[in-house]
Amino acid sequence: DAVANARAAEAEIEVLAAERDELQVIAAAGGGLTQPAPVAEAVYGLGREALPEEIAAWDVDILPDGRGLPVGSGDVWTGEEIFVEQCAACHGDFAEGSGNWPVLAGGFGTLSDEDPVKTIGSYWPYLSTSWDYINRSMPFGNAGTLSADDTYAIVAYILYSNDLIDDDFVLSNETFMDVELPNAGGFVLDDRADTEYTVWRAEPCMTGCKEGVEITMHASVVDVTPETEEEAAAEEAAVVTEPAVEGAAVETEAAVDPALIEAGQSAFRQCSACHEVGENASNRTGPELNGLLGRSIGSIDGFRYSSVMSDAGEAGDTWTAEALDAFLTDPRGVMSGTKMAFRGVRNPEDIAAIIAYIQSVGSE
Amino acid sequence: APDPAITELQDWASYLGVGVDETPYGLPIKFETDVVRRSVPWLTASPISSINFTPIHALEGTITPQGCAFERHHSGAIELSKDDYRLMINGLVDRPLVFTYADLERLPRENHVYFCECAANTGMEWAGAQLNGAQFTHGMIHNMEYTGVPLRTLLAEAGLDAAGDFADKWVYVEGADASSNGRSIPMEKALDDVLVAFKANGEALRMEHGYPVRLVVPGWEGNMWIKWIRRIEVTDAAVESREETSKYTDLHEDGVARKWTWVMDAKSIITSPSPQMPITHGTGPLVVSGLAWSGHGKITRVDVSIDGGITWETARLGKQGDTKALTRFYYDMDWDGREMLMQARAMDDTGYVQPTKDQLREMRGENSVYHNNCIQTWFVNEEGVAENVEVS
Repeated sequence: DAVANARAAEAEIEVLAAERDELQVIAAAGGGLTQPAPVAEAVYGLGREALPEEIAAWDVDILPDGRGLPVGSGDVWTGEEIFVEQCAACHGDFAEGSGNWPVLAGGFGTLSDEDPVKTIGSYWPYLSTSWDYINRSMPFGNAGTLSADDTYAIVAYILYSNDLIDDDFVLSNETFMDVELPNAGGFVLDDRADTEYTVWRAEPCMTGCKEGVEITMHASVVDVTPETEEEAAAEEAAVVTEPAVEGAAVETEAAVDPALIEAGQSAFRQCSACHEVGENASNRTGPELNGLLGRSIGSIDGFRYSSVMSDAGEAGDTWTAEALDAFLTDPRGVMSGTKMAFRGVRNPEDIAAIIAYIQSVGSE
Repeated sequence: APDPAITELQDWASYLGVGVDETPYGLPIKFETDVVRRSVPWLTASPISSINFTPIHALEGTITPQGCAFERHHSGAIELSKDDYRLMINGLVDRPLVFTYADLERLPRENHVYFCECAANTGMEWAGAQLNGAQFTHGMIHNMEYTGVPLRTLLAEAGLDAAGDFADKWVYVEGADASSNGRSIPMEKALDDVLVAFKANGEALRMEHGYPVRLVVPGWEGNMWIKWIRRIEVTDAAVESREETSKYTDLHEDGVARKWTWVMDAKSIITSPSPQMPITHGTGPLVVSGLAWSGHGKITRVDVSIDGGITWETARLGKQGDTKALTRFYYDMDWDGREMLMQARAMDDTGYVQPTKDQLREMRGENSVYHNNCIQTWFVNEEGVAENVEVS
C-alpha cells in the first residue's frame, strides 16, 4: 500500500544519497565527470539555489492560520469601489453573481437544499482561501495586479456582502484571524474507506439480481446534448430555401490583410477578459468594441467610464487608429485616470493587428 | 451483383497519391474528422475557464492520442517555452532550488501509463440521465504513457532533512498560468508514484496539457495534475486553496461536505454501442467494447449486463489490467435484434465493485458534483439506436 511505498521511497532516497557520495568520490578523483556537483549535499547536483527574492516573488500562498499574509489593510467602502470596477462584470455589483459566473455572497442555510448555493459566506471554510485566490488569480484575465491593500479591501467588501462584518470593519493582517467563516465546521475528511468500501467490496451478484427492470428516465427528454457539427450543418442546409445570388459578394472595400486580422485575433486575447467585440458583444469590465473606429470616446450607454474618458468624448474626441495606437501603447500615460487596469500592449506590431481585427469583426 | 468497388478500376488504384512531406506533422485522414474533442457550452461561463471531452466512443485500445485528449483550463492554455520554464522547490527543504527544463532532462527518468480523470467526470448525471453520448458522460478522461522524473528524486535533490517527520508534511504544487492552480498533496503520495512529466505518448506535451512540464498524480483526481508546474513547496499544513475547498469537495445531502477525496474509485463505461455509436450492421455478431479503470490499482474483472442488471456475464479483458491505467474490455455477443439495457461493472484488485447510481445517491445525495463512478445504462432499441437512460 501507499505507506509501504512511501517507506520504500525513503529507502530509495538513502540509496540515492549513497550513490551521490560515490559520485563525489569519483569526481574528487577526477574520474570522468565533466563537472563536479555544485551543490554539496545534493544527489545529482542539478538545479541552482533559489534566491530569496525569487522565493518571495512566487511563494505568496496564504495558509488557513494566516501565515503568508503581507502587511496591509482595506475597508469595506474602498473594497466596494474596487469590486464594482474590477469584479462586478462577472460577480455582480453585490457579489450576487452574473450569468454562469460564481455567486460570492448569500446562500446561507441552502447546503442541504435541492439546489445549494455555495458562496464564500455559505460554503468556504477558510477566509485565507479567498485572500489567496483573489490576490493570485483574480481579476480573471488580469491576475496578479492587485496590491495587498486592494485585496484586503475586496475581501472586506465580500465579507460585508455576506453580512459577516459591519461596514466599519477594517480587514488587515492583524484583524484577519478575527473573522471565522460560518461553514468552517462543515467538512469531513474523506471517509469512503469506512462508509463505502466496506460495503462495496463484496462478491457481486451474477444472476437474478433484481425481479424486473424499468426505464425511469431518458436523457432524450432533457435534450441538452450539444449537436454535432454534421447535425447542425444538416439543419442549416434544410432551412436555406433561397438560392444564393451569384456574384452578390462583391468586395466593396480595400481588403485588409487576412494574416494581420488573424494575428489580431490572437493578440486580442490580452483584451478579451474585459472587452467583447463582434456579434452579440456587450459591456463587460470594459465597454464593447463594435464600431470603435470613429466612435466618440466614452460614448457607450450604460458603461461607467472614468472621467478622463467621458471628458474626452464631451470635448468631441473620437477613437482614431492613431489615438488607439497611443492609448494601447501606454494606457495610463495617455489617459491619466482611466479605469482600464492594463499595462499596455508590449509588442507594437500587435497593436496594428488588434485594430485590424476589431474593425474586421466589429464594424457596424 | 458484382461489387463495382472491386470490378471497376478505382481512381486510387490508378492515379498517384500524395508524396512524403505533404503534412510534415500528420493529421487524421479526412474521413475521421468527427473524432474530435467536444464541449458542452452551457456548462461553463466562458470557454477560457472550461472543459471539453475526449471522443472515447470513437477510440479503441487504451492510449489516448494527445490531439483529442480532453482539456481543462482555469485561465486558458498558455504558451510557455522550454527556455522560459523554471521549476522552484522551496519551503521545508534543506536547499531551495530552481531547475531549468534542461536540468530536468538530466535526471533519471521513468515511463508509466496512467489515466487522468477529472473529478467532475459524469458529474452532470447525478440528478438523472442528461447527456446522450459516452463522450459527454464519461469523456473527461485520457490515458497516456508519460515520461518524467519521479517527484521524490527532485525532493531528494532539495533535501528533506528540514522536513523532519513526513507524516504531517505536504507538498503544495502550483502552475505558472494566470489561475496559478494549486493543490496540496500529502508527502506520502509525493514520495510514492508522482511524476514530474515532460513527454506524453513519446512526444512533447501539448500546450493544452501543460507544455513543457506537468505533474502526474496517478489514480488521483485530474485537478491535482498541475499543468505548467512552476513551484513545489514543502509545507507543514495543507494550503486549503480554492481548488481544494470551494471546488473539488463533495457536498452531501445533509449539507456536510467531504474534503480531500483524492482517489478516483473504480469505474467502467461501454463505449460502443453507445448513443454516438449505434449498431448499424443489424443482427448477428456484435462487439461490445468498453473501458475500465481504478485509482486504487488494477482492474481485475469487468461484468456486462444486457438486461439492465438482472443477469451479468464476465467480459474479456483486452489485456491484463495495468495499475491506475485504462483497461479495455470486450463482450462478444450474437445480437438477435432485441432491445437491450446495457451496463458494465468494474472490479479492481482491492475487491472494490463499481456501485449503481442508486447506491451512490443513497450514500451521498445528488449534489456531490464530483466522484460519480456509477454504473451507466445504455438503452439500445430494435434499430440499434442507443440512448442514455436510468433504470429501476
